[in-house]
Amino acid sequence: MKPNRTQKLWMYEQMHTSRYFEECIEKIYMEGKSPAFNMANGPIPGEMHLSNGQEPCAVGVCAHLEAGDVVTSTHRPHHVAIAKGVDLDGMTAEIFGKKTGLSGGRGGHMHIFDADVNFSCSGIIAEGMGPAVGAALSRQLQKKAGVAVAFLGEGAANQGAFHESLNLAAVWKLPVIFVIEDNAWGISVAKSTSTAIEHNDARAAAYGIPGHYIPGNDPLAIFEVAGEAIDRARRGEGPSLIEIETYRLAGHFMGDAEGYRPDGEKEALFARDPIPKMRQHLIDTESWTEEQDQELVQRSHERVDLAIQFARDSEYPAPEEAMEKVFA
Amino acid sequence: MTVATKERKLTIARAMAEAIAQEMRVDERVFVMGEDIGPLGGVFGNTRGLHDEFGSERVRDTPISETAFMGAAVGAASDGMRPIVELMFVDFFGVCFDAIYNLMAKNTYFSGGKVQVPVVLMTSTGGGYSDAGQHSQCLHATFAHLPGMKVVAPSNAYDAKGLMTAAIRDNNPVIFMFHKALQGMGWLGTEKDAIVHVPEASYTVPIGKAAVVQEGTDVTIVGITSGVHHGIKAARKLAERGVSAEVIDLRSLVPLDRDTVIESVRKTGRLIVVDEDYQSYGVSGEIICTVAEQGVALKAAPQRVAYPDIPIPFSRPMEQWALPNADKIIAAYELMENNA
Repeated sequence: MKPNRTQKLWMYEQMHTSRYFEECIEKIYMEGKSPAFNMANGPIPGEMHLSNGQEPCAVGVCAHLEAGDVVTSTHRPHHVAIAKGVDLDGMTAEIFGKKTGLSGGRGGHMHIFDADVNFSCSGIIAEGMGPAVGAALSRQLQKKAGVAVAFLGEGAANQGAFHESLNLAAVWKLPVIFVIEDNAWGISVAKSTSTAIEHNDARAAAYGIPGHYIPGNDPLAIFEVAGEAIDRARRGEGPSLIEIETYRLAGHFMGDAEGYRPDGEKEALFARDPIPKMRQHLIDTESWTEEQDQELVQRSHERVDLAIQFARDSEYPAPEEAMEKVFA
Repeated sequence: MTVATKERKLTIARAMAEAIAQEMRVDERVFVMGEDIGPLGGVFGNTRGLHDEFGSERVRDTPISETAFMGAAVGAASDGMRPIVELMFVDFFGVCFDAIYNLMAKNTYFSGGKVQVPVVLMTSTGGGYSDAGQHSQCLHATFAHLPGMKVVAPSNAYDAKGLMTAAIRDNNPVIFMFHKALQGMGWLGTEKDAIVHVPEASYTVPIGKAAVVQEGTDVTIVGITSGVHHGIKAARKLAERGVSAEVIDLRSLVPLDRDTVIESVRKTGRLIVVDEDYQSYGVSGEIICTVAEQGVALKAAPQRVAYPDIPIPFSRPMEQWALPNADKIIAAYELMENNA
């Protein structure tokens, strides 16, 4: 299945929203952190993992999902959250640690929960896989529509949870799709150093499920493959594993000097930035005009600007609210 | 005492299975998963009969993949189901604790209360039958220490059924710890006092409420699971020499019923805590601290009878020497008398 014009434009707009969101977060993150860089300072303290460059994974998959479908994401979650339709104001306020945040400031950037669109993420590698399996089991038991998608990085494929979850999903034939965003680096460790095989889609064979590898960080190709895997799951035919070649255009986290990257790698990655490529595709195939492009970009930027303003204007929670919500 | 009430004595294993079955009959969302909990009925008997009645969809054997199925329990619970999941031996927590303490216990908080995780995690504890150090631990404090999980541990079948029903109906993760020696499985040696009358109709025992199982005036003996039975036996012996011991069964570790303990020690002025979990940094210290923080006037320094800070040894003489028992409680009382 190939995306129609509406779907292409949706993906393109989400990519812009996500990229601009990360660019804004990057700037704001540095407020209060110079001359001495101290992670605890500024309006956005703590670790910050930006998803610049990985937008195609989010949009190509989430284009097929509805609010009722379940997504679990990683410590690098913003692009997926945006594509899944997470409330942007609430998410931004959460990243700022504000009272109006999705979780009232208890979670922060690595623990974003939006129950309205069944989105969650967490900070431990491969940790979202079991919950995605469980959500899929819940749908199967309840005979309720919906699939679960677990996003993970290529480093997660070497975790026990990865193998246990694939086997469990396969043996129970659950409607779950595992999506590996292979950005080639586990912090500073290259995939070739950590992983015994070149592409993790091969590991699907060990569990008797379809495996797909998608090169090129191409949202159109991701859309096609993810669509087939998700349809398959919706038909009750079981799980799939997809590995996507993607690019981390930022460091592992803010403050990462990226000394481990070979010379010229970053420049080469920026030359393959998926957003200008998508724009060119729209110009070539959809009679996309400069005027239309500016309008779309402006719309996506305005949405982000409003969310950031909302977060900045929001109050911090009262400290003693920390004692609430431990139990339901 | 009521007369002509027909005694219906059940083991803890049977009582747990009965509570689960009754909740499964009235709530479609409840299902059970774990290793050997299906046709086998659980290694410790607590799911016996469930597979026959409810089938393999709702009573499902899992692969030996605790990380995946603990995580799956979290995902299913967050999606509207009410999973009961078994960790066969509590000692196995090491292979899957991330899903328990980082997800199950924290997702409600991380979501600002918008996501509920109603999981019951039932797990066997305790030793005394020479199963060595990877199959004999209690680890009460390990679970009770980390916020976000309720923790219950019954000492008899009545409480087991009522606490299980309460746990299933609770909207939070509840760790349900059952002691193997109290389970009523003959092959593990059975504490007969754990087999008590259990009403057939469904009922709950409130989570977070201790029970005064025997009233007394001279010393308070606080226990959990096996420790309660050691306490009762010690109290009988102490009674023979005219010492009146009050025995408290905590039943829940989280929330902890501190009031019942404080009230009792205010009355007796003496406190002994019995816990088969490791002594240091554990439940026994927490109970003594509770009393100390309240400034309760004591007639003697409080004592604890707990497992020494060693891995649990295999050899029978070594293991039996290390375990808490009634004689150690009496010795602790004598120490208090002598130092008074």
